[in-house]
Amino acid sequence: MRVRNKGRIDRSKPVSFTFDGNNYRGFEGDTLASALLANDVRLVSRSFKYHRPRGILTAGSEEPNALVTIGSGGHQDPNVRATVQEIYEGLEARSQNAWPSLEFDVMAVNDLASPFLGAGFYYKTFMWPRAFWEKIYEPIIRRAAGLGALSGQPNADTYERAFAHCDVLVIGGGPAGLMAALTAGQAGADVILADEDSLLGGRLNLETLEVDGQSGAAWAAGVAAQLNAMENVRVMTRTTITGAYDQGTYGALERVNHHTSVRNGKAPLETFWRIAAKHAILCAGALERPVAFQNNDRPGIMTAGAVRAYLNRWGVAPGKAITVFANNDDAHRTALDMIDAGVHVSAVIDSRAEAEALGAYTLIRGAHVTNTGGRKRLESITVRSASGAQNIATDCLAMSGGWNPTVHLTCHMNGRPTWREDIASFVPTEGAIPGLVTAGACQGDFSTAACLQAGAAAAAHILGCDMADVPVGDDCAYRMEPLWAVPGKGRAWLDFQNDVSVKDIKQAATENFRSVEHMKRYTTQGMATDQGKNSNVQALALLADATRRGIPETGTTTFRPPYSPVAMAALAAGAEGKGFMPERFTTSHVATKERKAPMIEAGLWYRPSYFPIKGETHWRQSCDREVGYVREAVGVCDVSTLGKIDIQGPDAGALLDFIYTNMFSTLKVGRTRYGLMLREDGHVMDDGTTARLSEDHYVMTTTTAAAGDVMRHLEFVTQCLRPDLDVRFASVTEQWAQFAVAGPKARDLLNGLLDAPIDGESWPFMACGPVSVGGIKARLFRISFSGEHAYEIAVPSRYGDALFRALVKRAEKLGGGPYGMEALNVLRIEKGFITHSEIHGRVTAFDIGMGRMVSAKKDCIGKTMSMREGLLDEDREQLMGFKPIGPVMQLTAGAHLYEEGAEPVAANDLGYFTSVAFSPTFGHYLALGFVRTGAARKGDRLKMVDAVRGIETVVEVCHPVFFDPEGERTRG
Amino acid sequence: MRLPCPLCGERDLREFYYQGAAVSLTRPDPDAGADAWADYVHLRENLPGDLEEMWHHAQGCGAWLVVTRNTATHVVKGAKLAMDTKRADTKRADTKGART
Repeated sequence: MRVRNKGRIDRSKPVSFTFDGNNYRGFEGDTLASALLANDVRLVSRSFKYHRPRGILTAGSEEPNALVTIGSGGHQDPNVRATVQEIYEGLEARSQNAWPSLEFDVMAVNDLASPFLGAGFYYKTFMWPRAFWEKIYEPIIRRAAGLGALSGQPNADTYERAFAHCDVLVIGGGPAGLMAALTAGQAGADVILADEDSLLGGRLNLETLEVDGQSGAAWAAGVAAQLNAMENVRVMTRTTITGAYDQGTYGALERVNHHTSVRNGKAPLETFWRIAAKHAILCAGALERPVAFQNNDRPGIMTAGAVRAYLNRWGVAPGKAITVFANNDDAHRTALDMIDAGVHVSAVIDSRAEAEALGAYTLIRGAHVTNTGGRKRLESITVRSASGAQNIATDCLAMSGGWNPTVHLTCHMNGRPTWREDIASFVPTEGAIPGLVTAGACQGDFSTAACLQAGAAAAAHILGCDMADVPVGDDCAYRMEPLWAVPGKGRAWLDFQNDVSVKDIKQAATENFRSVEHMKRYTTQGMATDQGKNSNVQALALLADATRRGIPETGTTTFRPPYSPVAMAALAAGAEGKGFMPERFTTSHVATKERKAPMIEAGLWYRPSYFPIKGETHWRQSCDREVGYVREAVGVCDVSTLGKIDIQGPDAGALLDFIYTNMFSTLKVGRTRYGLMLREDGHVMDDGTTARLSEDHYVMTTTTAAAGDVMRHLEFVTQCLRPDLDVRFASVTEQWAQFAVAGPKARDLLNGLLDAPIDGESWPFMACGPVSVGGIKARLFRISFSGEHAYEIAVPSRYGDALFRALVKRAEKLGGGPYGMEALNVLRIEKGFITHSEIHGRVTAFDIGMGRMVSAKKDCIGKTMSMREGLLDEDREQLMGFKPIGPVMQLTAGAHLYEEGAEPVAANDLGYFTSVAFSPTFGHYLALGFVRTGAARKGDRLKMVDAVRGIETVVEVCHPVFFDPEGERTRG
Repeated sequence: MRLPCPLCGERDLREFYYQGAAVSLTRPDPDAGADAWADYVHLRENLPGDLEEMWHHAQGCGAWLVVTRNTATHVVKGAKLAMDTKRADTKRADTKGART
């Protein structure tokens, strides 16, 4: 029901929306909750477990009951609190957790069975038979008890992440926050003021209190305008600070576009901020706590502050005959405001015997509300006082058990709040978050005057500046006597969201779940979207009582981030798809795609698997053909993805000697050498070739996968171990496009393309140096990863595409062409060259047959540890080659090796395959792998068992170099 | 978490790579013996409290830092360039050597 001349809604702008398919109207400025109440919709949801009818309890983000689903399909957003959802034209909202409808919910039968469904019933009832849990019990329970659901479709909304920095972050824009921001802003500090509401002012917008002789709301609007005009102040409304983290980092969720119907526009739905603040002032206010009494959950029973809020902010009277039940003076304001607005107040029931009426209403003091009537909406209350019991007709009961300071953020770094007896609540413990101070109601100062003063003082203290002029505000004392639960029969609800009653807490204590953390998990009190904001203090007060301990001794559960729910989509903003895994393309990518080559990922790089030609139906046909190019003519392959590190300086050679197991300082200028790199624990880290271009200038290549690791390793060695070395290096992977030209006709291909021809004498095996291609300065390396006469030619990246096309064109004229990763892999396995399949982190130089590469003449990283006895044991698994000799000729990578007659069990395991390929050169499969005692087994027959694929065959152990073991082709 | 890089200023944790206690700066001599090497490569005290640890400003300047961080509270007490620490250590060791 709307009330004339009240509220900060724009009555000239009606807004239509639907709830469960019914059309309703509200006004601009309404939340879904205020608009539903204005339309006299009371029943908004069904409770989690017992499916009891529930209405709106609060007017803020702490709402436990009124959770709805907004939108549908890819835009469906479940568990939205109706109290924070602003309405817009065409908004579609639906109720949750009810079937077939909110009005008639068959699962409400749970409520009748409630004597059997109390705390811990899952654990007791569904224990046996064990196998039933996963298949039967859990799915049924999940279906019966629940919140809203996702649509199952990909999220169609956009989200963003953003970073901000400031001198002072003010959290909360109520009277304390406004004064803090104003003080800091006037002092010239870089300020961010964040508030979860769409308007600044906090409770000033929800009350009729005066500030500086004007309405609190008007004063707040004035300060907001002042702050918005300051260049050094950023005001972030609809922004919740969700977490406090180390070194002044705060998480914040900005609801950018939830209040409009615009979707997929330029603005995201939400933005998740990371704010780095030198100082923070928490002005988060306080949350009102309900009182537990029998049937205190009927639609129409709300917190007293919420009833006032709907009247003062949104011009809605949540009932025609209001009653108030409280233990404090503050709640009497609800009666005063209602009477002022012309709404009937039936009675104010105050639990305090000494309570006094503050206006013209019936006060029943020293009394309790003991029960309520009406199922889908409140109809009456039962009041018991010294003079007996009476029923009072009412459709809205405003209840208040007092206020809890919003301490949550101060507990995010493991701080514990401090109990304050005088307000019967917890307040923040000083210093719980380094760099954060608290002010106002969240510190337990509940009067407006105290909040205004505290906010200004906090900012002035931090910055050492003057306070902004503090206006005059109301200074009522906060008088209350604790009342957690009304004694009596029936179920008195504590945690509305999880259907936890006073009985459940007592039962937990009886069953010895006496620790507050155990009680929470046993009863589920304090879980789900509201995280117990409406019930924690009452629950632990009752637990303290049941276990005969004090409240401080009982303690609280741990408040963790986020303060209010954050969608995973917001946290993951920018990290889906290519944001999660960017793509790196070589310069030959376009030319490769033109040839319809399927691409394979190598880290972030994309490389061609093979280059199909007309008539080929299987990748093996393409691969075998490409192997043939290299073995018989010439093949071209982009090898730019290998890491390239340019190393210069007088001590470049000394650095390489220390990094690699073998010597590089003795390498001649114009020569290239294969190097092996160990980790300090003696195991192989990486391998690759390094070329000496001049006396002080080397170019190292790393494997594609380890390029980043090796770069970091070099940084570590030069900065942390050998800062005495005069050497500089930089990654040049992206700067050079490099192509392998491999095969007996490799030199023929190059001659004619290079500006000056080469021959065997000028470019012997492992030679390197500058060349010129079409006037472009290039580098040529005579190195081979295929066992053939081969080169790698490098040009600055901008020439990569042109060079690749030219190389391929020439190769095709010579009977060859481009080859991909599959052929490259076959070629290197035939030749016994290793990759990270072999140097997988657990092998030593000794294991891969390179023990002699660890130079005896010098120290190097990993040398000492590589000499440990256990790492040189002849019994270790060593690299060998394998070929099939059994009736089943297939070999598979990952298969394990056993003696022919042995049972294939772990105890008999002799080794495993790391790389397998079908070799068109030999006409059968080849494998590289590790086998115990290695070389001593050459010529032995072993059994290969692939338990995953169910393949078993007999293999012969061979030397790992199958092809051209003398290396004549490479050198030729 | 934020770390104060001596070259770049205070930066977000995401820019850094972590590599444990700063023990790794004091590499033993090749002939220091198996125990010294096992200590260096494998053993770390792992006590709660202030710890000097290695961080690499991987997404920034590339500097290795020695950061003093309280592992229980995450309070960061400062950061130095590992190169400076190593040079100072080396100098101290050399001076000591010269005296004996």
